Amino acid sequence: MKRFEIIKKRQLNDTINWYTIYAPLIARHAKPGQFIILRVDEHGERIPLTMAGHDEKEGTIDIIVQTVGRTTMLLEQLQVGDCLADVVGPLGQPSKMDGLKKVCIVGGGVGNALAYPLAIGMHKHGIHVTMICGFKTKDIVILEDEFRAGVDEVYMVTDDGTYGKKGFTTDMLKELLDSGEKFDEIVAVGPAVMMKFVCGIAKDYGIPSVASLATYMVDGTGMCGGCRCIVDGESKFVCVDGPDFDGAKIDWDLLIKRGKTFAEEEAHDRQHVCKLIGGVRQNA
Amino acid sequence: MPNMRADKNPMPEQEPNVRNKNFEEVALGYTEEMALDEAQRCLNCKNHPCVDGCPVNVHIPNFIAKIVNKDYEGAYEEITLTNSLPAVCGRVCPQENQCESKCVRGIKGEPVGIGRLERFTADWHEAHHGDEKIEKIPSNGHKVAVVGGGPAGLTAAGDLVNKGYDVTVFESLHKIGGVLVYGIPQFRLPKEIVQTEVDKLAAKGVHFVTDAIVGKAITVEELMDEEGFEAVFVGTGAGLPMFMNIPGESYVGVVSANEYLTRINLMKAYRDDYDTPIARPKHVVIVGAGNVAMDASRCAKRMGAEVKLVYRRSEKEVPARAEEFAHAKAEGIDFHFLTNPVEILGDENGNVCGIKCIKMELGEPDASGRRRPVPIEGSEFVIDCDYVIMSLGTRVNSLIRDTTSNITPTKKGGIEVDENGMTSHPGIFAGGDAVTGAATVIKAMGAGKVAAAGIDKYIQSK
Repeated sequence: MKRFEIIKKRQLNDTINWYTIYAPLIARHAKPGQFIILRVDEHGERIPLTMAGHDEKEGTIDIIVQTVGRTTMLLEQLQVGDCLADVVGPLGQPSKMDGLKKVCIVGGGVGNALAYPLAIGMHKHGIHVTMICGFKTKDIVILEDEFRAGVDEVYMVTDDGTYGKKGFTTDMLKELLDSGEKFDEIVAVGPAVMMKFVCGIAKDYGIPSVASLATYMVDGTGMCGGCRCIVDGESKFVCVDGPDFDGAKIDWDLLIKRGKTFAEEEAHDRQHVCKLIGGVRQNA
Repeated sequence: MPNMRADKNPMPEQEPNVRNKNFEEVALGYTEEMALDEAQRCLNCKNHPCVDGCPVNVHIPNFIAKIVNKDYEGAYEEITLTNSLPAVCGRVCPQENQCESKCVRGIKGEPVGIGRLERFTADWHEAHHGDEKIEKIPSNGHKVAVVGGGPAGLTAAGDLVNKGYDVTVFESLHKIGGVLVYGIPQFRLPKEIVQTEVDKLAAKGVHFVTDAIVGKAITVEELMDEEGFEAVFVGTGAGLPMFMNIPGESYVGVVSANEYLTRINLMKAYRDDYDTPIARPKHVVIVGAGNVAMDASRCAKRMGAEVKLVYRRSEKEVPARAEEFAHAKAEGIDFHFLTNPVEILGDENGNVCGIKCIKMELGEPDASGRRRPVPIEGSEFVIDCDYVIMSLGTRVNSLIRDTTSNITPTKKGGIEVDENGMTSHPGIFAGGDAVTGAATVIKAMGAGKVAAAGIDKYIQSK
């Protein structure tokens, strides 16, 4: 097996793929909630991705990636047997599980993929896990079987009602809480706006919340500071202090604004899709 | 008969208004004639104070004497007896504070251009002997790990491999070189030079493992207990950027100099054929006036921005090398001294639109001996800008300390070491910025040398 070789690739829907990558040095100490940074090829940028799982014995790690921009488009072109230029990790702090008995995890879109290892990990840890999986529409639903097999309760919701219950994850969460469900903690994994509202509801009901933040970063070890966010009035680095933070204390509006740092560049990349998906870049 | 010319042979450079639009090297290097003329300025004095001024004690008068005799390869061999990275040091060392500050020619006139001669020698070697095959050095069977592929680690690795140790360098980034590749820009230190030095070490037998975060993927103690390394050198630098903790620092368009420089230098965001995005602001304000601030401001200029630099002290206290400061000035950086930011202003979308500063005056000397800047009440004013680069210095990352037992920290958060470079944990050595806090490339190299000798002594006496 070669360094950073793609061992398995499984398409979950039109834009989301599950990759298993040979990276024994990372698999050795990886824990749920931690992330990696990868570079597809020599001219590529470094992008952070939460690990979807790992296998210490096989020396592999898993990532579930939605194709959204230049780097993920290039990644999508790679097949089993191809190698990534770089994968570094495990980065960030593992999710905290100790002392928890009953947890609700709210996943939004591809955030469900990032929530998956945490949900499974918590369940294995003896925690009762309720999963609320939200998607825009039926066509992009992923991992339902895996969640049903791996956690205690699963609620599927879609914005347009084409699958599961119609509505947002926040509606489902409120419904559960109003029906008398009690949780020690609510975990939000997904788009920043969704996480903001999930954590807001948790606060309203007096339940501690944790949000798993995804920001842009360069090195992932605390050197660039690009991932900084304000938590409880203090500047924190998502890469070394996070990625999990107390949802009630995050300055969400600032986080959402900072998330648009490279919006123009990203839009530009999407308009040049044809050049990218015409074939894997030949260079280096 | 020595050449009694009072000033140094000037360094040929790209014109300021040309170079501030490209990333090619600014200083072009001496020609052979210039090097010969400059070398003859050395008096070859008996006490050679210059050697003591060098953290790695390069045999300066000896190598210069060989240049005088046109034995350039001999000069190179003389330098590399104690310095494994002459092409790097000849470019980035602050010679004016080190070897050249001790040169007797500096008493009346300018010191000998030692750095420029070192660079000439290294470049001459590369041009004439660069493609010679380097033999692998037979291993003595002892494994040593080096954590961090920056100047300290590369120096330690070089000295240890020369002694026959089986050395493996672990680097967290995807490229070896540390600050030489992520921090110092191409126009000051071409990355090809760093790669050449790394390739030489690899040819001698040093193993390089990139993308390996020691402390996360594997701990120092696992390296020793499970992977068979008899000693570990920690040269992880001081990479954590500081911010001012003023309002508005989280607006989009406020970055650390580390982030800005890493995008440009390591990720090559200035080139169209690399993917890493970088902002293209029109009006940039740099905060701080150290070497890193000069690098960031000169990069921003090259990326097409109008660049202002604000510094809370006066021109006299600028901590950057005189040469870097002069280069930045010549390239059109607009300096605002005795000016300190108090707030960063943003628009409704959270993008930077200005920086509010206050005028300062110098008061009584502070702990550093420099006169303390004091704000002048009511003197606030706003500089319109769309990007702010914070260049306030860096701190030591605590990852190794936090994940290794029995490591004593220094008061400043570094790792404490003894005179052999060994930490309080037997077999674990450290050096460079990880010990001292942010300093210079050559001081890190000096520490790498000390630790390499310490490691040799430690293993041989086991």
